[in-house]
Amino acid sequence: MNSKLKDKIWTGILYGVSGLVVILLVALIGYILIKGGDCLRPSFLFGNPKAGEAGGGIGPQLFNSFYMLVVSLLISVPFGIGAGIYLAEYAREGTILNIIRLSIETMASLPSIVVGLFGLLVFVNMTHWGFTLLSGALAISVLNLPALTRVSENAIRSAAKPVKEASLGLGATQWQTIRKVILPSAIPQILTGIILAAGRIFGEAAALLYTAGMSAPILHFDNISLIDKSSPFSLMRPAETLSVYIWKLNSEGMVPDASLIANRASAVLVIMVLLFNLSARILGRKIHESYTGKK
Amino acid sequence: MGKRTAWQKLKSEYIGRGFAIFCGLLIVILTLSIIGFVAFKGLNTFIKHGYSLREFLFTSQWNPDSDKPKLGALIFIAGSTLVSIGAVIISAPISIALAIFMNYISPRIGEKVLQPTLELFVGIPSVVYGWIGFSVLLPFIKKGFGGIGFSLIAGILVLSIMILPTIASIASDSVKTVPQSYLEASYGLGATRWQTISKVIVPAAKNGILTGIVLGLARAFGEALAVQMVIGNSIKFAENLLSPTATLTSILTMDMGNTVSGTAWNDALWSLAFLLLVISFVFILAIRLIGKRGEIK
Repeated sequence: MNSKLKDKIWTGILYGVSGLVVILLVALIGYILIKGGDCLRPSFLFGNPKAGEAGGGIGPQLFNSFYMLVVSLLISVPFGIGAGIYLAEYAREGTILNIIRLSIETMASLPSIVVGLFGLLVFVNMTHWGFTLLSGALAISVLNLPALTRVSENAIRSAAKPVKEASLGLGATQWQTIRKVILPSAIPQILTGIILAAGRIFGEAAALLYTAGMSAPILHFDNISLIDKSSPFSLMRPAETLSVYIWKLNSEGMVPDASLIANRASAVLVIMVLLFNLSARILGRKIHESYTGKK
Repeated sequence: MGKRTAWQKLKSEYIGRGFAIFCGLLIVILTLSIIGFVAFKGLNTFIKHGYSLREFLFTSQWNPDSDKPKLGALIFIAGSTLVSIGAVIISAPISIALAIFMNYISPRIGEKVLQPTLELFVGIPSVVYGWIGFSVLLPFIKKGFGGIGFSLIAGILVLSIMILPTIASIASDSVKTVPQSYLEASYGLGATRWQTISKVIVPAAKNGILTGIVLGLARAFGEALAVQMVIGNSIKFAENLLSPTATLTSILTMDMGNTVSGTAWNDALWSLAFLLLVISFVFILAIRLIGKRGEIK
């Protein structure tokens, strides 16, 4: 075969493969959204699940997912940014840095079920809390810390050097420079990373099965205590999230319309992921524009 | 301007620096305690119950709840290995094709279409992959190829989509960094684009591509729910692609909630979890090794 023809054929194949992958994604998301059809009906989104009969909603699970997201971000973001600052500004090349890097890589590659089991051991059994929202949030924080650290480190490293030197030259300490000069310029990029992490947290299930539990008490919004078990904002109650609910519907199927609910709940999850992704993208573009001075 | 007082120094530098250092150490402490705790529980099988490691790794009888428990984990190890390698075999060529397309055939389509596509593939939660596998792929396999639907091939297919973005994005980063001079030399010798891609770009980027493949393998190995939902979870070896089997992660997901802490069964599950941890650590070391090899050259 002559090599020009071969080149044309392979170019065609590469176009074909890429096209198929895009079609696969469109089909996948299209299918989920069509099957989940009327998932945005308020009676489904905010209704309580029913046991043994059809027509239940996902209200408590949806609330739990959001609440879990907020709590775990509150826990993991400060530590992630702190570790990022350390790696980018304070750490010196050497054994310690090497150990930290190896730890981050190890943590990042841990299967989420293993992190969930670690959570079961430490945050559920050793603390005697039982299955609680806080245990789940802690497990997810462990899962997300490496990614947040990396994002923060990269963002802080890419902050402009002359400005930093100017600040140090004016007599600011290193920490003052970081807090007043470097962080503000790194925040948008870190925020993009946080939003993407949020998408992952929202869909995470394996780490939550044995930490936040598989039951969602009906929520009564007249009580706003953080500890009282009957309060929706309680950190010490079991909190089944939407993803865990989908898994449970599939494996236990305790309602007759389990597959309908799973379809709709999947659609809700995918819509949330699309929203997170879109906002990260818009934010990313804004940052790019402000850096390149187009606006 | 006088010297800063001790309190000012503390406020302006040391508290912040202390927090940053603490966060850095926290990561190390967390990693060590995860390894420590899981190892502590996982080694019980061998220390407390006196079960032999060889039998655990290389025999396939799994009767953890009988009086004389048999704890051979070979079925799960084989299941995890087959399903991950199968997923990589499907996913790696497609990912490399995508990486090359994005950088050398049409960077514009790559940036505007393929990049967002890959990001969305990453974003879709694993339970949703599992659910789609369960409700679409299983009936399709059952109708088209026979069997019960739950099967090794279903697990492989679901996983291959899930690890596609991992391999593709790392492969893309590495083909991107092939020096421009290599390309110019190749074109200058009269090579076509495909000859340049297959003879110059891919060989030059092979370390990065290999890293992507190992990371994809690691992700496939550790994925729990999506696999558990489609693989059937029957504790026997898969005779062919259409027969159901079980993996390390699927048995953990299924059984951890049914067992009582301290029993041989429960400890055996922790041993499986520890095994998973060890395997993921081996993958990390492999990646480091590949990276080192790249540096020396």
